[in-house]
Order: sequence, then C-alpha cells, then structure tokens
Amino acid sequence: MSDVLVCIKRVPDSSGEVLLTADAQAVDGRYVGFTVSAHEDCAVELAIQTAAATGGTATALTLGAAEAVEQLRGALAVGCTAAVHVEADPSTFGPADVAREIAAVVRAHEAAGTTYDLILLGNDAADSGDFQVGIRLAYELGRPVVNGVSTVVVEGGEAVAEGDGPEGHETYRVPTPAVVTILEGGVEPRYPTIPGRMKAKKIEIEQRQPAHAPKGPSRVRLTLPPKQASNVQILGEGPSSAAAVVDLFGQLGVAR
Amino acid sequence: MAEVPATAKVVVIGAGIVGNSLVWHLANLGWRDIVQIDKGALPNPGGSTGHASNFIFPVDHSRENADITKDSVKQYKEMGVFTESGGFEVARSEERMEELRRRMSSAKAWGIEAELVSPAFVKEKVPFIEEDQIIGAFWSPTVGVVDSLRAGTIMRERALEAGALTVVPNVEVTDLDVEDGPHGQQRITRVHTTGGAIDAEYVVIACGVWSPKIGDMAGVRIPLTPAVHQMISVGPCPQLAEREGEISFPIIRDMDTLCYERQHGADMEVGSYAHRAILHEPEEIPSIDQAKLSPTEMPFTEEDFDPQLEQAFELMPELLGAEGAEIRYAINGLLSLTCDGNPILGESKVKGLWVAAAVWIKEGPGTGRAVAEWMTHGHSEIDVAHSDIARFYPHQERREHTRLRTSESFIKTYGIVHPSEQYESDRGQRLSPMHESEKELGAVFFEAVGWERPQWYASNADLLEVYGDAVMPRDNEWDSRWWSPIINAEHLRLREVAGIVDLTAFSMFDIVGPEALDVVQRTCVSQCDVAVGKVIYTPVLDAKGGFKSDLTVMRLGVDHFRVVTGGAHGKADEKTFRDQLPEGGSTTLTELTDEISTIGLWGPQARTILSSLTSDDVSHEGFGFGACREVDVQGITVLASRISYVGELGWELYVSFADAAALWSKLLDAGKPLGARPVGIGVYGTTGRIEKGYRAYGAELDGERSIIEVGMARPRVKAADFIGKEAYLKQRDASPETILCTLTVDDHTSASGVKRYMLGGEPILSLTGESLVNGHGHPAYVTTAGSAPSLGKHILMAFLPVDQAVIGNKLQVSYMEELYPVTVGSVDSTSLFDPSNDRIRA
Repeated sequence: MSDVLVCIKRVPDSSGEVLLTADAQAVDGRYVGFTVSAHEDCAVELAIQTAAATGGTATALTLGAAEAVEQLRGALAVGCTAAVHVEADPSTFGPADVAREIAAVVRAHEAAGTTYDLILLGNDAADSGDFQVGIRLAYELGRPVVNGVSTVVVEGGEAVAEGDGPEGHETYRVPTPAVVTILEGGVEPRYPTIPGRMKAKKIEIEQRQPAHAPKGPSRVRLTLPPKQASNVQILGEGPSSAAAVVDLFGQLGVAR
Repeated sequence: MAEVPATAKVVVIGAGIVGNSLVWHLANLGWRDIVQIDKGALPNPGGSTGHASNFIFPVDHSRENADITKDSVKQYKEMGVFTESGGFEVARSEERMEELRRRMSSAKAWGIEAELVSPAFVKEKVPFIEEDQIIGAFWSPTVGVVDSLRAGTIMRERALEAGALTVVPNVEVTDLDVEDGPHGQQRITRVHTTGGAIDAEYVVIACGVWSPKIGDMAGVRIPLTPAVHQMISVGPCPQLAEREGEISFPIIRDMDTLCYERQHGADMEVGSYAHRAILHEPEEIPSIDQAKLSPTEMPFTEEDFDPQLEQAFELMPELLGAEGAEIRYAINGLLSLTCDGNPILGESKVKGLWVAAAVWIKEGPGTGRAVAEWMTHGHSEIDVAHSDIARFYPHQERREHTRLRTSESFIKTYGIVHPSEQYESDRGQRLSPMHESEKELGAVFFEAVGWERPQWYASNADLLEVYGDAVMPRDNEWDSRWWSPIINAEHLRLREVAGIVDLTAFSMFDIVGPEALDVVQRTCVSQCDVAVGKVIYTPVLDAKGGFKSDLTVMRLGVDHFRVVTGGAHGKADEKTFRDQLPEGGSTTLTELTDEISTIGLWGPQARTILSSLTSDDVSHEGFGFGACREVDVQGITVLASRISYVGELGWELYVSFADAAALWSKLLDAGKPLGARPVGIGVYGTTGRIEKGYRAYGAELDGERSIIEVGMARPRVKAADFIGKEAYLKQRDASPETILCTLTVDDHTSASGVKRYMLGGEPILSLTGESLVNGHGHPAYVTTAGSAPSLGKHILMAFLPVDQAVIGNKLQVSYMEELYPVTVGSVDSTSLFDPSNDRIRA
C-alpha cells in the first residue's frame, strides 16, 4: 500500500503567442485560462495509478493563490482522494521556498500518521521553468530523488522509475520513501468524468498557511524569445495534395 | 491563395456562415467582382461558426425567425449537409408544460410538424433518459443538425465557380474609409487590410463577435456583445459509440434547467444557458495566435458550469456516467447577443456599408439570402425589418445598454417569456415631459424604444366598480400577466367621455425644401399633393408592394411636410425618407422626436374640453376631420391634427417639450369635471384600435402583406409615381391570396371551466380542426388579440384563406391546446364598432 503525494502548480495554458503580465514577472493567462503543466498531468496520472495498484492513496498538493483550488479540484476529479492547499502568492516564493513548504506539509502529515512513500512532481513548471523544486525537496527531506523520468511504479519497498535518456532507455530503482520528477510522455493522462467532477466538489480541501516566510524567487523579469518567422510550408491545394500529406504523416510517424 | 485585389464591387468581411451565405446569394443574384476576406484561415477562420453546436429547432415564437429558419433548413438540405435527428423540449414542471402547449400554438401557426408526448414516448427514442425526471415533452421530428463549415465551403465554391468571387483568407481589416456626401451622409469607399487596400462600392460587415470593432472604423455602431455560451463534450459513451454517424438520437432541450444534450458521434455535448451572463468586449477577444483553441473558444470556467453538470447527470446518469466517458472538450464559446434578441442587418447610416451580424447557425443561409436580396432589390422575400440596423436609437447604441439587456435576457434563452414581458434593466432612458405627473397618477410604465409609456393608470382603478363586468376581467394568471382590467375601464371611459393619452414616443421629422413634395410623393402611396393644413394617412411600400410602414404626413406649407410615425419603427422610417432626398442638398430632413411631444385627446367630450381651453374654432365645420393647424391653448401654441387611431372625435396635439406638461395639466383639469381620464397605451395600441379594425405595422402590416390583402385599398391610385406603384397596380388587378379578417371569440370557457383569453400568435382552425392555409402557403394565425370592451367581445385579427373570409363563418382558435369557437365578423377594414365612423366625424 503506497500513499503518494503529487505536487502541482497553477500555470497559464499554452498558446501560439505567449503574453507576459505588465510587470514581466509572470505569464498572462487571461486569454488561455489556467491549467497544470503536461508533466504534472502525467505525474497526477502516475499517482492515481500507483495508488490504485497498491491499494494506497493519492493526495494532490499545491502552493498558490485562492484560485489554485481549481487545479486541486481538477486532480480530485480524475481520481486523487485528498488535496492540500498552501495558500500563498506564488510569485513571492522561489523554488527553495516552495520545497521547504512542501517538506513542512510532508512532515506534518507524517506526524499525523501518514508517510508518503512516493512524492511526485512535474519535471519543471510551465511558466517559470525552474527545474529545482524536486531536488531541493529531496535534499530537505533527506530522500533519494530521480529526475526526468516518464513512468514510475512501487514494488516491494522500491520505486522503479523509467525514462529515455541521451544514451537510451534508463531504469532507476531507489528505496522508498523517494522523490521522483516526471517528464510527460510515459502515460496518457485521463480527462475528468462527470461523476468525478461531482465527487471532487464534495471533498474538503486541507487549507494551510505557509510555514515560513519566503526568501523570494530573486527573479528580475521574464523575457520572451525573439519572434520566429513563420515556417509554414504549403504542401498543395485540393485533392491532389493528399499524397504529400500522407507522405508527411509517414515521416512524422503519425500514420500507420 | 489569392492576393488582395485593388478594387471590388463588394467586399464581404467575414467567412463564417453569414459571410459565406452572402457571397453565394450575391453571386446567384448576378453580382460579380465580389471579394471575401477573413483574418483567419479557411474553412474555419476561428469565429462562432467554428464551435457552433449546429443543431436546428424549427419552432420559434417569432414568425419571421421561424420562416428564416425554414429557408435555411431548405438550403442546408439542398447542400446535403443536414441530418434529421428529431428533437425534444422536455418539461420538468407544469409551468413548462403550459409553455410547451404555447409552443404547439406557434408550431401550428407557422405550419411546422410537432406533437406533445409522454415521458414514455421520449424514453423509447432516447433510451438513456431518466424519464422520471420529466412530465412530458414537445416532440419536433424535423429537428436536425448541419455541417455549417462544410455548407460555408460549398457556398464559397459555388460563388467561385460562377466566376463571381475572390476569396482571400489570413488578411485582417485595419481601417475603413468613408467620404462625405450630400446631407451630411457618408459613403464607404475603401477597405484597408494587412494585405493592401481595396476600393469598393459596397462593404458588408459579417464579422460576428468582431463586428462592433469593424463598424467603429467607419463610425457605425453595431450594438452586439460577445457573450459566453458554455459547452462540454463527454465521451466516448458506449451507448452512442455503437451507432453509425454523427447523430442517431434526438436532441434533448432540458428547458427547465436551461441546457441541452446533443449527440456528436460517440460524445454527448452538453450546452448551457443557465450560467451567469459572461460578456466580453470585441476588442478583448484574443488573436488567433494568442488563443489556446480558437479566438471564440475561450477558457472554460468550471465553477459556472458545475450546477449544470448535476442537472444533466440527473437526466442521463447512465450515459454521462458511463465507464470511460470523460469530459474531453469544454469551452466558453463566444456568440453574439443584441439588446432585443434580433440580428443586426441592413445598410448602416454610411451608404454602401452593410451589416449582417448576430445571426445563429439556424438562420445563416436564410439571412444570407434575405440580405443579398435586400442589397439587390431593396427588399427581401422574407421580411427582416425587425432586424434592421436602422432601428436603433442612440440610447440603444451604448455598449452599456447592450451589456445590461443581454445580461438580463441571457438567462431567458430557454425561459418562459410572456409576449408582453418588460425589461427591468436600463429603464428610464427617455422620459416624456409628463412623466412626473404620470408617476403621481400611478402609471404602470411599459417601454417603447427607451420611452417610458403609461400602459394604464392605477389612479383609474375606481372605474372598475363603475363598469363592473364590462371590463372583462381575466382569471387565468398567464392571460392577465402584464395586463390589467383597468385598461378596459379606461377604454370605456374614453368612449363614454374622453381620454387623454401621452404619445410622446411618436417619431417625428420634417421634410422641407423645393423637392419636399417629390420626396413624400415618391415615398408614400396616398396623394400627398393636398392643400396646406391637411393630414394624410398613408402606407409606405417597398418595390414589390409589401409594407415598409404606415404613417401620417401633415402638409404644413407648400414645401414643408411633417411625418409622424410610431416610435418602434421611427428610425427605419426616417432612413426610408432620407434615402429619397435628392443629392443637391436644398431639401432637408430634420428630426423633431426629442423636441415635440404628442398628446392625444379623444372621446365624445373631446371638443368640449378643447374648446374650453381655446377661443379658436374647433367646431366640426371649422376644424373638419383630416385637418391640421395651429391653435392657441391658453397661450400655448399647439399644432392640432384631427385624426384618430381609436375611432373617436378628437385630436393629436403636437406641442414643444417645454410646454407639453402644462398642456397635459390643462387638458386633465378641463376634462376632470366631465369625467375624462388619462388613458394608457393599452387602449391606444390595442383595445381602441382593434374595435375599429385599425391595422398595426409589425402585427398586420409587414413586407409580406399587400394593401389589397389587408383591405386598405382606396378607390383610386394617384397619378404620381411612388415606390411599389407598379407592384401595387398589379395587386389591384389580381385576386388576393389571403384576406385580413376580424373575428370574435364566441365562448372562452376552457375544459377546467376557467375562461381563457388569447394573446396573439394562436392558430385559427376549421371546425374540424384543420389548418387554414392561405395562397401564400401560410396557415392562419392571430396577428393581434385583445379586448373589445365596447362590444363585450374578445377580438382576433387573422389572415384567412379567401374562401374562408366570409362574414358569419364559424371557425376555431387553438389556445394552449384547447379549441374555442370564433366567428368572422369583418372581411375588410370595416370596423365592428361604429362601422359607419359616425363618432370620428362627429
């Protein structure tokens, strides 16, 4: 039986043209809405699968403003069974601050009788792209960490994490409790169901205040990459272009 | 892809269902050199068409909308993109069942197949419905879904094949050029785009939710707002996946929870009109690159939809809760809403700049055809006057007005809306000079294009006792909603003594100059070359001989005419006349609506009252019927016009806003000892009018009716030319296809014993219950219904087939699915009350 904690962050959804807020401290989500990153969607899916496979639980955690409850409800709607909201303005929290807050929750739950055998995070946040929280969290808790894998299972006191590295397919076995950060691609995250959404609404979310004053992200500003010229190649017009499209699908490996 | 050409006959901006329909119908009507542009890519440039649910329920309470929808379905079918699925409107409450019975009236009145059915009937066709949740349903077997994107492509391709069209996607409009013409009227000249400028004679804005932004570039207000309609798609549902094709189960409109369930392949779409009104600004819609999906598929706001989720689940738990059925798609889809719920069509105040916006998928191709006909001939086969962009007054062009009204009406999309229901928001925009006095008199105000108009006065409640049962009280709540027996008491008092009516909402404008006579002669059917000091009542026709309006014209000088017309249609009438002004500029049109108020004074004692306030001659000999001239009313200069819309002796008194309240008080004071009362629009607009058989524009008169059919032909036709003359002469020689009749209800008793009173829109049937279809193919229905207190009858007006238009003919009216006997009382404009017009000529 494995109890899994999965950490998620409310971020703007993606679009062709990224907009920044006026102070350039964040990505502007007004046109695209908010979500969690594709990595975290996969982490949530793995948390649910692990809980189901071992008869354990999957708890979602976020540090964010009041609206971040939407993302926790999203995780509950697809199968997480509990959620923790550390209410704070995320822009004032750096990666080290966030890691310390997650650790505080883990310790508090441990004191209350729940030890998370596995803590899952996304490989990196879609908006700030810090890549740091997982490692800092593992360091803070003194647990082993595996970064950037795409699947994980818990077997007999070990977390078995797999992913594709530059040298080929990699498999890691680390003793639990452990921290693992997930790259998208290993599992297909599910969409919520209507009964799932309805159930999620009824689950009470654990509300917490930050345990420490944040040191801050030390971010000067976000900048956008220079605009790329459009690289559209027109394959043709009308039915005669069908063959070229089929060829391209073949090259891309999306056609069987 | 084509380049932006330097010139075009017409530029159509927008490649959604409206723009695509329009380019095809223009091409079909012979237009060439049409250029269609869109800032998006084809076939789905990213507007509302791209995310539409694409289903069509043919029954609507509005006849015009039902006819446009019928035409659209015919076109979709011809293009092979229509799939008939059938559809239900289900009722969870008795109140809704009553509304569905009213729906049946509309179905029968417009000749559309429909039936009220049991929950078991629904269950048989939609096995996954929880039939215990509903108590009945309205079955509409001809409901279907269309592929609106494919239809758009087909129509564009047809126009391309005709050699009439150049299509340029991916170019955005950056500006519109206009130039000044005569009378301060501007004309469109050029469209600037990111692909270059196009010189054009005509430009059509068919840009859906972006239309206001484009209109602003030419100084034209297009009062619509982008509004969110939430939709989710749930699947794969095994019950749906096992069926072939896009749709094999009827669509469900769950009316009481304001949502619908529509199968789309293996998925079930749930769309909602139950959430708060979520409005956006046209300038705040993301660009294609900034949007996640498309610009009009905004991020879904879950908390707004959550209550709907449970209601949908209640109705279809097995389907929506099926193993593996996930919410795969969820959007806040943008669509266009207007302050009165009608589309915005027609030529703007800038010549050559047309608009076709705020149109639903179900009305797209029909609207495209109507607007193309209008651009070509000046009129369309199906009358779309209620959607004319010319209808808006300045207060309606404010974005705030549209925001407030649509916030109020959004939640009523599937609501039960009484035909007389009033808006609550943004009231008090236009107040007559008598407003304070009217408030003190307990006026119940109804709104007419922003004006607050007393419908009746609570202070007249004492008359209820005076007249007893003659006020024809109504026991049923629906029949008496937005109504009061005081209206009928006021009516009886007007006929017995006199009534004083605030008619400030009238629209008024002067035409002055050397060509003034030509302008009114060309516009009006009646002879306008009359002596100075005469009033003319006249129809105004389009070129095919249909009604554009009916109004009065006073000749105040040799070169000076004053047009007085109803407020609702005043702006459009103004444009009709303005369009006839010659280019030279020496003849002008000046609006007076907000400067001159009108007070009506009618009844047997009207002369006594007026003569007590003036030393001028107001005797029958000195001031005959149809005369108008200035009189001095205790120092106030009043233009008096001896005409009547209620069939009594009296005058319309035109007076400056500054003096109107004083005149009003003088009339009330002078009338009081005689028993005269202030009287509301309930009498003026309905009871007084229909007892006299007077027709109203928008009810009996519209672009699809002729002077002959409404029984208003005069013995002679004037020699001078006028618009529609050729058609009118032909109509006079031909036999009519239908005749407007006045009927009386013989017995009001319903099955429950409660007396019921029709409100208008009900079908007239034969004694055996058959529909009475006229020569135009339209079933007979009630155009106006109301009390006739002086006759002690409830009167209905209806266009009957010629062979049924026989005095004494016994027929039936269907109301809330019960039949009531009626008798034809008049088959021309002869009135049931005072048919010889003795009272008006007293």
